[in-house]
Amino acid sequence: MNSRTIQILQSRDTLMQSIRAFFHFEGFIEVETPIRMKTPCMELHIDAEPSGDRWLRTSPELYHKKLLAQGAQKIFEIGKCFRQRERGDRHHPEYTMLEWYRAGGDYRDMLKDVKSIVGRVSSPGVSKDWKIFTIAEIYERFAGWNPVETFDADRFDFDMVEKIEPNLPKDAPVILMDYPAECCALARLKPDNQKVAERWELYLGGIEIANAYSELTDPVEQRVRFEKWGEQRRAFGKTVYPVDEEFIQCLETMPPSGGCALGIDRLLMALNGIETLDDILPFRD
Amino acid sequence: MYDVSELKKGLKIEIDGAPCIVTDFQFSKPGKGQAIYRCKIKNLSTGTTFEKSYRSGDKVNKANLESRTFTFSYHNGDDFVFSDNETFEEIHLTREQLEKNQYFIVEDMEVDILFHKDKALDISLPTFIEKVIAETEPGARGNTASSNVQKPARIDNGYEFSVPLFINEGDIVRIDTRTGEYYDRVSKA
Repeated sequence: MNSRTIQILQSRDTLMQSIRAFFHFEGFIEVETPIRMKTPCMELHIDAEPSGDRWLRTSPELYHKKLLAQGAQKIFEIGKCFRQRERGDRHHPEYTMLEWYRAGGDYRDMLKDVKSIVGRVSSPGVSKDWKIFTIAEIYERFAGWNPVETFDADRFDFDMVEKIEPNLPKDAPVILMDYPAECCALARLKPDNQKVAERWELYLGGIEIANAYSELTDPVEQRVRFEKWGEQRRAFGKTVYPVDEEFIQCLETMPPSGGCALGIDRLLMALNGIETLDDILPFRD
Repeated sequence: MYDVSELKKGLKIEIDGAPCIVTDFQFSKPGKGQAIYRCKIKNLSTGTTFEKSYRSGDKVNKANLESRTFTFSYHNGDDFVFSDNETFEEIHLTREQLEKNQYFIVEDMEVDILFHKDKALDISLPTFIEKVIAETEPGARGNTASSNVQKPARIDNGYEFSVPLFINEGDIVRIDTRTGEYYDRVSKA
C-alpha cells in the first residue's frame, strides 16, 4: 500500500472522528437504519439498485423521518448508500453518506450545523467567509434568467452544470439556497412564497457536498409529489417504486424538522484538494 | 447508435455527419437533477475541438469508420501511392495529409488507413522504423550516462530529430513513428 493511500485512510478516520465528536457534543444520537428497503424513496432522477425482493437504500431519509415521528429529536447516521448507474469523477455507485435531522429545526439550523462541521474538519487556511447566494440570484448572474419565476427543468440542469457550477467561487464555502418549488424534492415550500423551496446545497472547491431541507411534513402534499414523480418516471421508462405508506402515515406525527445529507467521500476529496473519487476510494467499482 | 451512458474517452462517434472522437468525458448530476454527460470532442476531419453535453437517454451515432491495410508502392510527384492488400485498389495521399509520417514510409511498408465514408482520415505506420543517421555532430565519448542531453541529427530524407550524444553518423537507430522521436540504437557504424 503506498503512502498516499495510507494518508487518505488516515484523513478519513480523522474526519469521521471529528464528525462524530461534533454530533455527540451537540446531543445527537447515532442511529442505524436498514440498508435493504421494501421501497426506496421516489425521486425523478435517482435510481435504486435492486437487491433480491428489496432495494438498496439511496438515502436513509425515510427511516430517519419515521424515527422523528416516533419521538427522536436529534439523530445522525453515517453509512453506505447506493445509486444505480452513477459513475464519474464525483460519483460512485456505492458511497458514504452522513445524514442528520433536528426535530423542531429548519434549513437554517442545518446551515449552522454544517458551518460548525466544516469549521472543525477543514484546515485553518479554509476561508471562514461563506458565500451565500439564492438560486434566483446566481442564475441571473451566470445564466441570465430566473428559474424561480419561470421554471424549465432541462435548462435548469444544463445551466447548473455548464454555467453555474464552473463559475462558483472555489476559495470559500458556497451555499446555494431557495430552490425553485419544482426542485423541492422532500423540502417544504416557503410559507410566504410558494414558488421557493426551503432547500440549500453546499459547495466546497466547486464540488457539491451537502443538501439540506426544511422537511416537508404534509402527508397530502407528499403523496401528490410521489404520484407526480411516479408518473414522470413511467414516462421516462424508469422503474416506478411503490409508495411507502408507512412513511406517508408517519408524516402525520412527524414534527417540523431540518434535515441534511452530506457526501463523506466528496468532503474528503475537497479537504485534500483531490479531483476524483478514484483517488479517495481504496476500492473502486 | 450508442446510448450516452456508453460514451468514454477515445470512442469514435458521428455528429452531423462528421466523424469525431471523444477526447474527454465527465459524468455530472447536479443535486436532484438529471444525469448530464459533458464531452470534449474532436472532429477527425477538420481537427477542431468543441464541447457538447448530452442528457441521459440521448443517443449518439456510431462513426462509420473502416480501417484497411495498404502497402506503399511508389511516389507519383509529391503523392505517395498505396495499394490495398486485398483489392489492389490504389490510393494517393499527399505530403500534407501524411504530415511527419512522410519521412517514415519506406518501400513495401504495410500501413493501416482509417476511412470515413471513403475519405482517408488517418494512417497508422508500424510503431518502429530503422534509419541510418546521415548527419550529426561527432559523438561525445563517456557521456552516455547523461542520456537526457541530446543533439540534432538528420536522416537521408531530411527528417531532423534529437538523438543522445553517443550516436554517430552511420549508426542505425529506431524511431518511434507515433512520436517521431529517437527510440534506441540498433547497431553502430
